Amino acid sequence: MMGKRNPQLDADGKLVHLLTLEGLPAETIVSILDTAAPFASIGEREVKKVPLMRGKAVFNLFFESSTRTRTTFEIAAKRLSADVINLNIGASSTSKGESLLDTIDNLVAMNADMFVVRHGQSGAAHLIASHLQATGKPHVHVVNAGDGRHGHPTQGLLDLYTIRHYKRDFRALSVAIVGDVLHSRVARSLIHGLTTLGTPDVRVIGPKTLLPARVEGMGVSVHHDMREGIAGCDVVVMLRLQNERMKGALLPSSGEFFKHYGLTADKLARAKPDAIVMHPGPMNRGVEIDSPVADGERSVILPQVTFGIAVRMAVMSMIAGA
Amino acid sequence: MRIEIRNGRVVDPASGTDRTASVFVADGKIAAVGAAPAGFRADRTIEASGLVVAPGLVDLNARLREPGLEHKATLDSELKAAVAGGVTRLACPPDTDPPLDEPGLVEMLKQRARLANRAHVHPVGALTVGLAGTTLTEMGELADAGCVAYSQGDVPIADTQVLLRAMQYAATFGHRVWLRPQDAYLARGGVAHEGEIATRLGLPAVPSCAETVAIGTILALARETGVRVHLQRLSTAEGVAMVREAKRARMPVTCEVAAHHLHLCDVDIGWFDSQARLDPPLRGTRDRAALRAGLADGTIDVVSSDHAPVDDDAKQVPFGEAEAGATGLELLLSLTLKWAAEDGVSLVDALARVTSAPAAVLGVEAGSLGPGAAADLCVFDPSAWWLVGQRSLASQGRNTPFLGHELPGRVRWTLVGGQVVHEA
Repeated sequence: MMGKRNPQLDADGKLVHLLTLEGLPAETIVSILDTAAPFASIGEREVKKVPLMRGKAVFNLFFESSTRTRTTFEIAAKRLSADVINLNIGASSTSKGESLLDTIDNLVAMNADMFVVRHGQSGAAHLIASHLQATGKPHVHVVNAGDGRHGHPTQGLLDLYTIRHYKRDFRALSVAIVGDVLHSRVARSLIHGLTTLGTPDVRVIGPKTLLPARVEGMGVSVHHDMREGIAGCDVVVMLRLQNERMKGALLPSSGEFFKHYGLTADKLARAKPDAIVMHPGPMNRGVEIDSPVADGERSVILPQVTFGIAVRMAVMSMIAGA
Repeated sequence: MRIEIRNGRVVDPASGTDRTASVFVADGKIAAVGAAPAGFRADRTIEASGLVVAPGLVDLNARLREPGLEHKATLDSELKAAVAGGVTRLACPPDTDPPLDEPGLVEMLKQRARLANRAHVHPVGALTVGLAGTTLTEMGELADAGCVAYSQGDVPIADTQVLLRAMQYAATFGHRVWLRPQDAYLARGGVAHEGEIATRLGLPAVPSCAETVAIGTILALARETGVRVHLQRLSTAEGVAMVREAKRARMPVTCEVAAHHLHLCDVDIGWFDSQARLDPPLRGTRDRAALRAGLADGTIDVVSSDHAPVDDDAKQVPFGEAEAGATGLELLLSLTLKWAAEDGVSLVDALARVTSAPAAVLGVEAGSLGPGAAADLCVFDPSAWWLVGQRSLASQGRNTPFLGHELPGRVRWTLVGGQVVHEA
């Protein structure tokens, strides 16, 4: 029955799609991170390519615009020698009234091997994966590149990769996630990844208007005072605050948000001296993060981008080989 | 046509009857229960031993999708579904296209329902023109055309002054007002119950207070105006508690729960199963327990099907874009029986919630097996289970979160006005 089973694992528990980090066994996450490690050095070589996906057609299907994620997926696929087709769907068929699944069927008829999907609705990638299952196309793979507020699993994995790179052992870490958790698929994916890998102390920090109901149920503690919330933590993850959040009744102004929740050197001083600062990008300087911190020595925001390509190469090659 | 329904377990909630007897039908009415009337010669005998003979079900909330929404369902398909589910009388909300806000539309609907010659149809008139929440409809004209009550469908009146006046006006003439309590603003954009599941899945949420704020407003205005109000499709534990309190204070309020809310909760959304996209949303396990308890203790009067056939295309989209609703007419009896069996409620008490109690809310003589009552009957096998599948439904809507479930209670015969309109 559609929707009852997570379609990302096949009957043998093998990863055939990457839709969410929730419910993914710790060994699977670790093996993705381990697979990514050698890929991280490919980018530094003269010839930045490996032939793992030669002859495979990867369709970048972006129903929501994105430059960074789409580009890093494209680079990752090309470094794996796949053929990459970018579709900016927002501007094509669905605006003519074609349904999401009709679009998918058409692209499957063009012999797509993998879809990288970004969609504004939570669960869109699950729908596509279930549909491929139901229509007898289990050999076509789906990578969720962000669905609504639900998940952004490759971002979660690259965040985990980054944390592991700098901090090694998840089982001794305090991680603070700050800002608009309510609307953040990045936060949800990272929380699932961290709790699966045994991180004992995950905190979310923000005003009550930007924290979802009963978020404690995901295994995190809730803080409204940022200074208290980041005290003694090893990792500070700042979330992007969309400009449109300022239009409704969620927040009075970006200035007031920055006053309470913007990461400044002063607030960062409450974290451990060797704490790292992360951000999924694109950053709003002066809204969620102060420039000196974003550019400071504890910021690992640019390495995150580099690791992101390696992690996406790992995910795509593992799934395509499944 | 004279029919003898022989040796069934006759369950008549209106009189509290539960005994093995034969039911004799003549001239469209119940001639007798027990001993045959003098000189009764049956044209047809239905052997009902081992089966339950009950009044036909009365459903307060079944969308037939006519006029205007025939791509989802038609009067013909849905009235077939009704009698296949043992439902012999139903009220349909005004949320058609156009809405039932003019006498002509109501008359046409009634006429078409008569021609279909299956279940009785009671249109619920729109409380405001176009359900827009600004101008009152001609309730007097609509009543003459056959409306039994006035409602807003699923469109709440945001302007409380309009709501007050609508209630005042309705109260003047003794019209009944049925409202689904939902605050227009608090529910805005939400598709799932605010709680751990919606948080985990990243689905925009409908908080419980969207219901309780509306119940608070409706009860306050009902107290002010004295209107007879019926609350439709309660979904929260807090809402049940508020109605219990209002009933204790002897307010003339009744309420219903949709059958699916007795069995499912937000966990059943699974991985974004759009069949579980319902309005009000499936709520938490605590809410479900409170709804079941409220139904058992009489706080909740009625179980309705909340029948909403939706075409496949409208469900084959991401959860948040899927149209809300489930087909329900054919599941109402089974889901009520399942609740009763699980919670140790007697058959007579359970069937009261889908026969005599909704008939009382409708304000019509129905839902009983007394001599002289219309022979609207449902004969079902309480121990037969059936598999809910796309092909086992008569409704044009094949959308239900119970697809693949096995449910108890199979309708064998349905009679309306003494005529067999369904047999299986």
